[in-house]
Amino acid sequence: MAASNFTFRVWRGDKSGGNFVEYAVESEEGMVVLDCIHKIQATDAGDLAVRWNCKAGKCGSCSAEINGKPRLMCMTRMSTFEPGATITVTPLKTFPILRDLVTDVSFNYEKAKQVPGFKPGKKEADGTYRMQQEDIDRVQEFHKCIECFLCQTVCHVIRDHEDNKEAFAGPRLFVRYASLEMHPLDTNDRVALLKEKQGLGLCNITKCCTEVCPEHIKITDNAIIPLKERVVSQYYDPVAWLLRKVRGKKTEAAE
Amino acid sequence: MNKSLKVLQPSEMIAGSTNRTDAWWKEPLLVVMVLGGFAIYATWAALQNKHYFVAPYLSPFYSPCLSANCADCTLPLIGKWWNLSPAFLILWVPGGFRATCYYYRKAYYRSFFGSPPGCAVRDVSKSYKGESAFPFILQNIHRYFFWMSLVILAFLWWDALHAFKFEGKFGVGVGSLVLTGNAVLLSLYSLSCHSCRHIAGGGLDVFSKAPARHRMWKTFTKLNENHQLFAWISLFGVALTDVYVRLLSMGVIKDFRII
Amino acid sequence: MDKYETHEHDVIVVGAGGAGLRAAIEASAKGAKTALICKSLLGKAHTVMAEGGIAAALGNVYPEDGWKVHFRDTMRGGKMLNNWRMAQLHAQEAPARVLELEEWGALFDRTKDGRILQRDFGGHRYARLAHVGDRTGLEMIRTLQQHAVHKGIDVFMEFNVQRLVKDGDKIAGAFGYYRETGKFALFKAKAVVLASGGVGKSWKFTSNSWECTGDGIALAANAGADLQDLEFIQFHPTGMVWPPSVRGLLVTEGVRGDGGTLRNKSGKRMMFDYIPEFFKSETADTEEEADRWYDDKKANRRTPDLLPRDEVARAINSEVKAGRGSPHGGVFLDIASRRTPEFIKRRLPSMYHQFKELADVDITTEPMEVGPTCHYAMGGIRNEADSTATKVPGLFVAGEVAAGMHGANRLGGNSLSDLVVFGRRAGLYAAEYAATVKTQPTVDAGELEELAKDLLGPLDGDGDESPYTIHHDLQESMQANVGIVRREDELKVALDDLQKFKARLKKVKVDGNRHFNPGWHLALDLRSMLIVSEACAMAALERKESRGGHTREDFPKTDPHFAKVNIVLQRVGDELQRREEPLPVMPDELKPLFEEK
Repeated sequence: MAASNFTFRVWRGDKSGGNFVEYAVESEEGMVVLDCIHKIQATDAGDLAVRWNCKAGKCGSCSAEINGKPRLMCMTRMSTFEPGATITVTPLKTFPILRDLVTDVSFNYEKAKQVPGFKPGKKEADGTYRMQQEDIDRVQEFHKCIECFLCQTVCHVIRDHEDNKEAFAGPRLFVRYASLEMHPLDTNDRVALLKEKQGLGLCNITKCCTEVCPEHIKITDNAIIPLKERVVSQYYDPVAWLLRKVRGKKTEAAE
Repeated sequence: MNKSLKVLQPSEMIAGSTNRTDAWWKEPLLVVMVLGGFAIYATWAALQNKHYFVAPYLSPFYSPCLSANCADCTLPLIGKWWNLSPAFLILWVPGGFRATCYYYRKAYYRSFFGSPPGCAVRDVSKSYKGESAFPFILQNIHRYFFWMSLVILAFLWWDALHAFKFEGKFGVGVGSLVLTGNAVLLSLYSLSCHSCRHIAGGGLDVFSKAPARHRMWKTFTKLNENHQLFAWISLFGVALTDVYVRLLSMGVIKDFRII
Repeated sequence: MDKYETHEHDVIVVGAGGAGLRAAIEASAKGAKTALICKSLLGKAHTVMAEGGIAAALGNVYPEDGWKVHFRDTMRGGKMLNNWRMAQLHAQEAPARVLELEEWGALFDRTKDGRILQRDFGGHRYARLAHVGDRTGLEMIRTLQQHAVHKGIDVFMEFNVQRLVKDGDKIAGAFGYYRETGKFALFKAKAVVLASGGVGKSWKFTSNSWECTGDGIALAANAGADLQDLEFIQFHPTGMVWPPSVRGLLVTEGVRGDGGTLRNKSGKRMMFDYIPEFFKSETADTEEEADRWYDDKKANRRTPDLLPRDEVARAINSEVKAGRGSPHGGVFLDIASRRTPEFIKRRLPSMYHQFKELADVDITTEPMEVGPTCHYAMGGIRNEADSTATKVPGLFVAGEVAAGMHGANRLGGNSLSDLVVFGRRAGLYAAEYAATVKTQPTVDAGELEELAKDLLGPLDGDGDESPYTIHHDLQESMQANVGIVRREDELKVALDDLQKFKARLKKVKVDGNRHFNPGWHLALDLRSMLIVSEACAMAALERKESRGGHTREDFPKTDPHFAKVNIVLQRVGDELQRREEPLPVMPDELKPLFEEK
């Protein structure tokens, strides 16, 4: 791709209001949306607020909504647009706006504080742990999460229903809960918490979180649905309940 | 650089229901047409109460056929008092299985309920409680529909086996292959179910201590990755199987005998 | 001046990468009221970019491995300029720190018997790097972050510290502003741990993120601490070179650790031409031996593809200069012809992803194009090995901002272990020190008022310089004049340029207001960058030899005099002054480790 021209329609403003400002940008070969935003900063708008760090899709800072789709700006190549196109860039809709493309994502950090921590069981005689690769493959997928919060912003449960924020942890946190629940060494039980306080039941598995995940984590199939199944086993399955009673198995619920 | 004059509220950042510029509405529209079409056809076919059996083929909409008024009774469990279509005795099982299926839920929540119609497209309804409240909290019984579907599936394989028996002798007609294909597709759909995957081993935290269940889980996981695909092709499969039997029975087409 | 918030803590930690998080966890565990301050959101620090692994002589793959071997590799990799005690502590404590991460929930890749798997890396005698595919840094930062959150440490995100305040000669806290609001805040503290990371943003081609502007080094210098070894900048041999917008982005050494090899334009495995005398005895000189080494490390010598980073970076530089480079000015890194696609995707998932998404290159079928990129500062703030204390009472340092551990060149994998080993020590000793300070130190309000006015200068001024232009020019100058290969005349040009940039920075003017204003932030970050750049150029001019991450075209050999000294810089008034300090002397019982066998 040779150099081509684009029009960027960028949201500028803060919580009191704002509007779209158009910038003409010439894009060189290999450029991504974040490069264009930087170009605008360096030439037209030195105070254009944007978060970014690694520019390599590893830190999850530069999340925004590009033509209405939540994406990482550093991983959205300009070659995916028609030359001459107008590209609309807005901040993440689900979180309160701070300025321009920067939003207040503290919701996610608050929810993270509510996750009962990792609590490993006993060590082997030599003072270390043993885990097989097959025991951790599933959890390593969840550990790929870069906390870009794209799944959180796209999730309609909180995107379109502000009142659900109190009682809903969101896909990112469900991935975290799954990574702890399926961790071969962990002894905490967070299933009751997920059902009662973190709003797992609010999720209607419409999979937008999976669609936007830049790490291609299968959030719905591998994290949320397995957690829902665990909730079913504990609360909605009489046979599983009976089996637990017969075996006298106790689970230790985390607060 | 040119500024628009009117100051917008942050909530007005998105014009209408979405800023998406692609044809996001195509998918839900397609789902409404196909899934809606199937539901209408299935109801109509069940109400017909005829043209569902041509020896040795039994339509999957009517299998197992359990009442005395069956054209080809599989198991005579229900007496003569039942005078409605025998399809209604069993159709609620596969219907319930699909209605509570994790994949179909996604499909119809998006396309029929608009919650959400597409990713980053505004929900149609103002308030939303998802599967945490009635009626959708009932989705939690999915695994029981899974078990019951396995029973139905066993009968469908029985039907498929019978479809190779022509007046007591082995034979192969196009219908034999159709019924077998249907059973295969339904098996793939049933065994790729998320609940099945969970029951096989998804609830375990340490796979290495239960190698057999881990192997099962891995197999079902592979199938599960294609659950959506199996959901659609088995849906077409079962409808086309009924159409095939129906047309044979109505005399519109003839069954071609291969052997 | 408008009102500013005031917070009181025993210990504040500046920087929330691996070292800062580990320091905060330790200080908090020792009972100190601890605050963690970071420039970005929590969990986005540069540690997240570390790919290959964390070096620790666990001996899981090679039981022959032990701290002494690791210690020896580290010292030799650092061209014997390391603080021997730091290298010893690091090698001894790294295994415990890795196991501790596992105890906090980290999931490293496993061996067949369920232990932590270890991979090969440049300069390490044995497969030693605990890793998670090629995203080890992410695993580490997430584990530490979550552990810190559960310990209830106060975290202040998106806060830029601009000044360490003192009470007499002792540390009294830190002053700075929130990026979001531009509002000032004072953190009173008995002890401060600086764990603020690297300096790469002064160079044009760098693997570093915007954060790596050397703030900690500038803060410490202004507070009176000594800087050391700043001439040693590691250029990682393998950064992406194409397309231009991603130039400098890191390509993990794990590619070579897992079998990748460097080839020039004609397909020749070039590293066999660049084996230095110092490493001859332990490096394979035929392709056959090099390839056998991956499977049998005892009978074979290491492939030259995995020579220490400084050697490989210089080799690539020479190949390109001689016209034997790849089309876009790098060389080829080929793993496609040597390993199966499945292996590559499993071992190097994010590299596969990175090249596919950003460069349209499928690394399972095509070679990558790579070239050197500014990656790591071996130098930094001078400190004591055991306690990480600087000469300013109450100021402790850990991680990349600290000097000494890596000498003239850092081995891959030694950075992540450095973070947790010395992060823990910094937190521990800072907490211990804070406990001895009975009353909260006082801060001179007048000094802060003046500082606040100064910080708002770029917004209020009537100059016409853009911070973006100054930054661009700084990067061009540093890349051209203080790059991989240096010369006296070029270094002098750089020092001249830096004076001009300083003058221009005084006339900087940014648009907009204090609310999340990147132009203003950059204008302030440039102050740090200029100090660091000047320190680097001055030290590079002083060290008239070539060693590790410092190569002088006019002095291409090592010099016995410089083998025994560190170049130390100290800020006096507005000037940096330099002096030589003798290296700490290694005790006799460790010396036999370095005799040729």
